[in-house]
Parts: sequence; structure tokens; C-alpha cells
Amino acid sequence: MNTILNAFAEAGVLLASFDSDFLAIVGLSLRVSLSAVLIACLIGFPLGAAVALFRFPGRGAVALMLNTFMGLPPVVVGLIVFLILSRSGPLGVLGLLFTPTAMIIAQAILVTPIIAALTRQIIEDLWGEYSEHLRSLNAGPLDTLGTLIYDARFSLSTAVLAGFGRAIAEVGAVMIVGGNIDHATRVMTTAIALETSKGNLATALGLGIVLLVIALAVNAGVQIINAMGARKDAIA
Amino acid sequence: MVIRFAFLLAALVLAAPLAAAQGTPLTLASTTSTENSGLLGEILPRFTKDTGIAVRVVAVGTGAALNLGRSGDADILLVHAREDEDAFVAAGYGAFRRDVMFNDFVIVGPRQDPAGIGAQKDAASAFATIAMREGLFVSRADNSGTHKAEMRIWRSAGVDPVSASGRWYKESGSGMGATLNLSAGLNAYTLSDRGTWLSFRNQGDLTIVFEGDPPLKNPYGVILVNPARHPHIQAKNALTFIDWLTGPRGQAAIDSFRISGQQLFFPIAKQPQR
Repeated sequence: MNTILNAFAEAGVLLASFDSDFLAIVGLSLRVSLSAVLIACLIGFPLGAAVALFRFPGRGAVALMLNTFMGLPPVVVGLIVFLILSRSGPLGVLGLLFTPTAMIIAQAILVTPIIAALTRQIIEDLWGEYSEHLRSLNAGPLDTLGTLIYDARFSLSTAVLAGFGRAIAEVGAVMIVGGNIDHATRVMTTAIALETSKGNLATALGLGIVLLVIALAVNAGVQIINAMGARKDAIA
Repeated sequence: MVIRFAFLLAALVLAAPLAAAQGTPLTLASTTSTENSGLLGEILPRFTKDTGIAVRVVAVGTGAALNLGRSGDADILLVHAREDEDAFVAAGYGAFRRDVMFNDFVIVGPRQDPAGIGAQKDAASAFATIAMREGLFVSRADNSGTHKAEMRIWRSAGVDPVSASGRWYKESGSGMGATLNLSAGLNAYTLSDRGTWLSFRNQGDLTIVFEGDPPLKNPYGVILVNPARHPHIQAKNALTFIDWLTGPRGQAAIDSFRISGQQLFFPIAKQPQR
């Protein structure tokens, strides 16, 4: 019980201290996870929308794969990316192992199926409403895709947040491909794992509370943007 | 559209390593015992100050560190499993190995010492007593240097603990800290290096119940990963590091490191013959 109370004190101290090492860890967490989510969106939106709109052989299988890969175990993704980026692996010459880039790649692989699968569902539902209208306008496939993604943007923001939540919270993949190197690849979750292994349970939990506060801030930000967008739409 | 995505992707992926590549730091694969105890945090900044070379530490078990050396993902290894280190160098994965320092293992267990191992004359009979009385024991079971040392002691005690796995013998399969957390939770015995134990903050009801037997000595070696096998190894800077660590500056830094007033690592490097 004391440990839990101390954790809140630790979290307060961490947030108030503006300690540069701590801020660097928070900054790297955000940089890695936001970059991963951005990459995942660039792939996942068009991929999910394409699977929703276009008829092609194996479409059902692709949808099934996307849904299944939402459950990719981070530690397995970490291991695969590790083996590919290792000096003895196929992309070893790039020297990317134990860098933030490796962490971004691993998290992008984790997040892409989530965004693609949710996008497919959202666009498919919207297509049901819009199909006749868009057909009557003779919209081409790319226009249709663009229109649907744009009009679904508020629902899609939830998909993006689901992906961000996955990325910012996972430890298995970034631990393996990043190596939890101080001042280089240490992020919030690997720092929590490290403090736990040192027996500093209050500090570890304090970091966990800070992580939640940051996730809260990101979610609140998206919600505010959505609300502002919705109001603008209502006026227009 | 697709092409624009591709460019964005490439820019994102490529920007990070360029930023990181300035004055490429050395990658040192070491064990949790040197990192978690705070030793490396104490001595590496001194090295960087002396030479301007930055060092990045990947703290894993000795087995995993040797694997990072084998695949060329680290420049230098600082590990503790003598036989494996020699085999590593003999197989050509390492250019050479040098002695650096030693610390020791302690048997940690419940204050009440329910199996009564504190009175035993050596580590092997302490382990044999734990097995005979079926005292709870948590093993690293992760192929680390500490795990290998533990298995050596079981062998000299003539006990095969793995046959009791899941009963009184619990295999955590994780690092020293996680294993100590588990031991504190179960109020069980475990083998730990002294450094990690002393700096560990969640000791619960555990204490050192047995220490001081010569087989509990724990020597560390430093290995240069073979640049002939992995041309990207930063051999020049890595040699500077090894010479520093085994030279007067590094050895003095190791010698002066204390946790709560206690010396943990004892320098043993001979002056380098180069």
C-alpha cells in the first residue's frame, strides 16, 4: 500500500522536476510511437479502405489477416525485426539495430494492422451509406477512396488512438530492438521495466502514472480537435 | 499518392540514423549485474571524459551478450562466464579476452533461513541442503553468467534441480532484478551477484544467508568482438576502451565504486601487453 502511495508522490516529483533525462525519455516515447502511428496511418488508411471498397480474389482472406494481426505479440514482432536488422540479418548493413528507427519500424508493424482493420470496418459501413450517391456522381475509385476517408475522419481518429495506445504502451518490441540504452533508446515502458528489475517499485509505478497522464493528454488533444472540427462542419 | 507515401516513409526512416551517426558511439553488450548495480553508470562517463568516445550499453544476460557478439551487434562484451568466454574467442567470434575485475555471488534467502543453510561449510552443501529440505529456490534459468554459476554449484552438490522444476525449484527465465522480485514475493532462496543485491530496493524479508565460499567468486572479462569477422566493428575505439578499462584509469574507477560504503568490484587486470 505504501508503495502505491509513494508512486503517486514519485509521479508528482517526476512531472514537476522537468529533469532533462526524464524529459528525454518522455520525448523519445512520443517521437517513436507517434512516428510509428503516422507510418501505420499512411499504410493502414489506404490499405483498409481498399479492402473495404474493391472486390478482388482473396479479399476475405486479407480482411481476416488484418483482424488477426491486430493481435500480433509485440515480443514476436520485436524478435523478427531484431533478426532482420541484426548485423547478421538481411538488412544488417543499415546498422539500424538499437536505434530509435528500429523501434519505430517494430511499432509501425504492430500498429498498421490495427489501423487497417478498423479503417476497413469504418469505410465498409460508410460505403453502405454513400455508395449510390458516389456512383451517381461517377466518382473514380481514388476519388471515392479519398472522399470516404475524409468523411470518416472522426471515426478514423478513434482507430488512430487505438493504434497509439498500442504503441505507447508496449514494451516487448522496443526492449528487444532498442536495447533500453540510456540516453539513446530508453522509453517510458522500458524504463518502467528497468526500475521494476531494480526493485524501485514506487519509481516504476510513478513512471507508469506519468505514462497514463501523457496518454490522457494525447487523447484529450484529439478529442478537442474532433469537437472543433465537428462544430465547423455544423456551421458550414 | 503511393509515391508520396513512399518518400515520406523513406524520409522518416532515414532521418533518425543520420542524426544518431554523429561520432558513432561504441556498443557495449554487458550484463545486468554491471548495469543495474550502477557500476557502468559510474565509470563510463569517466571514459567518455578521458577519450571523447561515447559508449552505449545494452544490458542483457551473459548468454545473450555473447549472442550479440556472435552476430556482430556489439563492439565489446563485458561478461562473466569464463568457459563460454574462452570458447567464444577460440571459435573466432572474439579477437581476444582480458581479465577486468571480479565480484562475488551470495545466496540470498528468507531471514529465518528455513532450510538452515547458513551453517553449511561451503556453497555446494548449502545447495544440497536446500534440495534435501525442499526449500523454495528461484533460478534465473536464462543462460546468464549467474545462471551458469548456479548450475555449476548444483553439479558439485550432486543435485539435478531441474527435475524439481515447478515444485520447490522455480525457473524465472528472467534477469536478476525480476528474479529477486520473485524471490522476495515467494520468500525463496536465490543466487545473486552481490552488486545487484545491494542496490536492490525491494528486498522484503530476504537477507544474505550464505557467502564467502571461493566457488562463489565471479570474474568478469572484456572481449573485443572480432573485426576480421565483422568489418563494421569499431576496432580502434573499442581497443581504446579495453586499454582504458584494463589500464590504471579504468581499474582505479572500478576500485573506487561503492554502494552504501561497500566495495563491489575488485580490479584484477594485468597491465595490457601491447
